Amino acid sequence: MSIKGKAYIAGIYEHPTRKAEGIPLAQLHAEVARGALADAGLTLADVDAYFCAGDAPGLGALSMAEYLGLDLRHVDTTETGGSSYLVHVGHAAQAIAAGKCKVALITLAGKPRTGGSQPGRPPIGIVPPDTAFEAPYKPSVLNIYAMCAQRHMHEFGTTSEQLAWVKVAASQHAQHNPHAMLRDVVTVEDVLNSPLMADPLHRLDCCVVSDGGGALVVVAPEIADQLARPKVRVLGAGEALKHSRGGEVDISYSAGRWSAARAFEEAAVKPADIKYASLYDSFTITVVMQIEDVGFCAKGEGGRFVADGNLISGVGKLPFNTDGGGLCNNHPGNRGGMTKILEAVRQLRGEAHPAVQVPNCDLALAHGTGGFLGLRHGSATLILERV
Amino acid sequence: MAEPNTPPADDVALAPYHAALAERRLLIKRCAECGKPHFYPRPYCPFCLGDKTEWEQASGAGTVYSWSVERRAKPPYVIAFVTLAEGPTLLTNLVGVEPDAVAIGQAVTLDFEERDGVPTPVFRPAG
Repeated sequence: MSIKGKAYIAGIYEHPTRKAEGIPLAQLHAEVARGALADAGLTLADVDAYFCAGDAPGLGALSMAEYLGLDLRHVDTTETGGSSYLVHVGHAAQAIAAGKCKVALITLAGKPRTGGSQPGRPPIGIVPPDTAFEAPYKPSVLNIYAMCAQRHMHEFGTTSEQLAWVKVAASQHAQHNPHAMLRDVVTVEDVLNSPLMADPLHRLDCCVVSDGGGALVVVAPEIADQLARPKVRVLGAGEALKHSRGGEVDISYSAGRWSAARAFEEAAVKPADIKYASLYDSFTITVVMQIEDVGFCAKGEGGRFVADGNLISGVGKLPFNTDGGGLCNNHPGNRGGMTKILEAVRQLRGEAHPAVQVPNCDLALAHGTGGFLGLRHGSATLILERV
Repeated sequence: MAEPNTPPADDVALAPYHAALAERRLLIKRCAECGKPHFYPRPYCPFCLGDKTEWEQASGAGTVYSWSVERRAKPPYVIAFVTLAEGPTLLTNLVGVEPDAVAIGQAVTLDFEERDGVPTPVFRPAG
């Protein structure tokens, strides 16, 4: 069964906060849920499916369904780190296509700056099987992604200057976003002159840490027909996992190679057809690798592809992350998949900031990587169409 | 991700691995059915799910697959993927090396450092 054209993203909301002092996690989830339902023109009573990931408090969907007052006939708590919400949209489309629900609410919230949650942490007492073999060496999100960059440079000749162009493009976009944490335009030299954090990544190669959240409402076609908002259709969805495969390690590519191929096949479009791309930007290297794996260029050509402003809206051939992305805008709960979808929907609706709005943007891609790119991660790809 | 460096008390299948560490030996596993080596070790082969996995002592020879230096740490430390001569690539630290002198492809050799009272496999430049 294909989900092509069988579900629509009818409501979106991004929490404006970047530091949620005094607001507990459940309340943040409720605030983004209210925002997305209001945007869609729907009410609490319309919701019959709920999706959340490891960032939700307590027992996840159980705790949040009670807090929000949801009556549900479908629930999904798939957890693939920051890419979970992209997976959720694909799963919501499947459930809608199968007749299991009509209005699916997806929420994300996190408070890494002000405490109250540790997204991605396993429940106390459950230690994953890799721990004894990895934890003694003090891996961090930063140094694991840095090893991906190091290897990419070795195999393909990618340079720090090329990585820096990703941050430059994000900053060009963020200057127009009043909510963005970092609104100053930066240069390649600024990135290279920022402190070295984990070779070869500099401070400005890294995303921000922010509180906040976001929500989506995915609906059946007959619901979308009744709503006043521009119609954004789910054309294709793909998901894939990649891990260390018993020690057969190859960190030169991500699971995006497989998730994107599945999404493009379902949508029956090509990378060259995409007018705008949201790409998970936990680090600059993440964007370069995903551009290759999604198929915007050949493997190893990502560094050359992103250079010279090629990701800047109105300048380059692939406008990306026009909200400023995780590198400049926000990264709520250390999980960037949700905001990738939100900006793709804004672009398709023509509701991005006028300075970064892509003209006649009728086909967009949102793609994310969750977990640890060099160890174990989940990739997900969505292809969305304005109709 | 900083968990205590102690073996889980109730993991019988991994007891030989931890016993070997105490003798400063590194064990990997090889599947008697499909023939493939793997690391980290499991009782069931991650390539065929066969249950005839056998312990094998690593020679200690390896090469650097990738590396980085965590510059925020005091003191900074070198994290790396090292590919063992037997095949599997594992996460580790490089010791006895200046960060600016590390290179992908560099030959390294197994050593052990006491961490939380446990001999822990690390690697240093060969020769």
